[in-house]
Amino acid sequence: MGKPKKDQILRTKFLERLCHWSIVVCFFFAATSGISWFFPTFSWMSSFLGTPQMARVLHPFFGIAVFLGLCYMFKRFMHHNLPARTDKIWFQNVVPVLAGDHSRKLRIGKYNAGQKVLFWLIMASIVVLLISGLIMWRAYFAEYFPIWVLRLAILAHSVAGIGLILLIMGHIYLAIWVRGSITGMVTGYVSKRWAAQHHDRWAEEIESGKADH
Amino acid sequence: MNSQNIVRRSATSELTPAPDIRNHQMEVAKLIDVSICIGCKACQVACNEWNDLRGPVENNVGVYDNPADLHPETWTLMRFTEHVDENDKFEWLIRKDGCMHCEDPGCLKACPIPGAIVQYANGVVDFQSDLCVGCGYCVAGCPFNVPRISKQDHKAYKCTLCSDRLAVGQAPACAKTCPTGAIAFGSKEEMKDLAATRVAELNERGYENAGLYDPAGVGGTHVMYVLQHADDPERYAGLPKDPKISPIVEGWKDLLKPAAAVAGAVAVGAMAAHFIGVGPNTTDDDDHPEGSDGKLPEEPPTNVTPISKHAAE
Repeated sequence: MGKPKKDQILRTKFLERLCHWSIVVCFFFAATSGISWFFPTFSWMSSFLGTPQMARVLHPFFGIAVFLGLCYMFKRFMHHNLPARTDKIWFQNVVPVLAGDHSRKLRIGKYNAGQKVLFWLIMASIVVLLISGLIMWRAYFAEYFPIWVLRLAILAHSVAGIGLILLIMGHIYLAIWVRGSITGMVTGYVSKRWAAQHHDRWAEEIESGKADH
Repeated sequence: MNSQNIVRRSATSELTPAPDIRNHQMEVAKLIDVSICIGCKACQVACNEWNDLRGPVENNVGVYDNPADLHPETWTLMRFTEHVDENDKFEWLIRKDGCMHCEDPGCLKACPIPGAIVQYANGVVDFQSDLCVGCGYCVAGCPFNVPRISKQDHKAYKCTLCSDRLAVGQAPACAKTCPTGAIAFGSKEEMKDLAATRVAELNERGYENAGLYDPAGVGGTHVMYVLQHADDPERYAGLPKDPKISPIVEGWKDLLKPAAAVAGAVAVGAMAAHFIGVGPNTTDDDDHPEGSDGKLPEEPPTNVTPISKHAAE
């Protein structure tokens, strides 16, 4: 936990960061083993968890860990991700945003409209993954469901899993693209300039002491 | 069966097929003539003996079915149906249930583990239990509700059609032991001819709808039935009339999978193109870990900051 630095703002608190990086580890294992079964060409991806059998045993537990981590994130971040009137401005300017144009003030709060969409899609996916995953969990629950339900569960699990993996790929890319983001999630701190540039309304609220972190 | 006889394997791309040059072996089939089965269960005993299966002792469930259902350690089972038709005629129908060894096996299609389910050139569909992970996808893939997952070792099991006996020129244990000759075994062509003879006999005896059950929806099966009422297979303990791999399983494997592959490739390509085109999104003051010193950016935005500077991020 770094000390407050000159011209830096605490963007993500310690427990939130810890939760984020724990989810990263668990999601890595759950997603790679999941891909190994969805795309058998990538069957080697289950090897991160040992043998294919071990991957099958562990995959659901990593998935549940991701769900629990996201429950904490939901509690911490939900109120920052509620739709705001100003989100419209971001949507209207999505092309200059993606072009890296910082000249316009887009009245972005702690999270921009794209991040909000990501937040809700992640939450929706994990709920589908949890429910369908429990139903198809052969070791404990699958025997209690008729086969047509298992088929639907496997399909829903695949759709939500692929969807979530694509979302997270985008999330990782955007974190790499926007310099300072990963440092922000590791140390918790972003520069005031970074905040003003990417989250102008939030930066102003922080400055004036109106916003929580 | 040596590995050269495997002509199809689960979770294997058509671009990298199983060994195929010796795929001219005679296809085999087991023909179960329901009309001459007496329900003695000798086939169940023979199956357990040959395959060394020791299923749990169960309770009587009030009908002759014993055990009550297929089980990881019960690969074949007589199912008894008391059927009363519209003319009040009573029939006791006995069907030996078990893997049908589909030509187009749903279990093999659904299985995510390369080579955990294979099909031999003679048509037999076999589980390679050492590779099985116990995910249960074969259960979802099967149109006949046959595979069972063991609670003991979390692996899927079903009838092997005695592939080990077939490999040394023996008939399956159930066929060998059947005292009435209700279970015949031979080449698929021979079995179809035999079935035609039996169906003609049944027709003569007044079973107008007698026929061979070799469902086309799964490409035909390597276990076939002669049924007195082939127009209504459902009456034989729910034998499906037109079994097919579920459209949900087909959609998952044949639509979602390629669509997801394209989506993934497009996403990676788009992100790479975006990064190459736009470059890193740096903070205008060149975001400095010690905080800005108020200097304005000296570099024009097209001048991309060297990656190494951010490697630590």
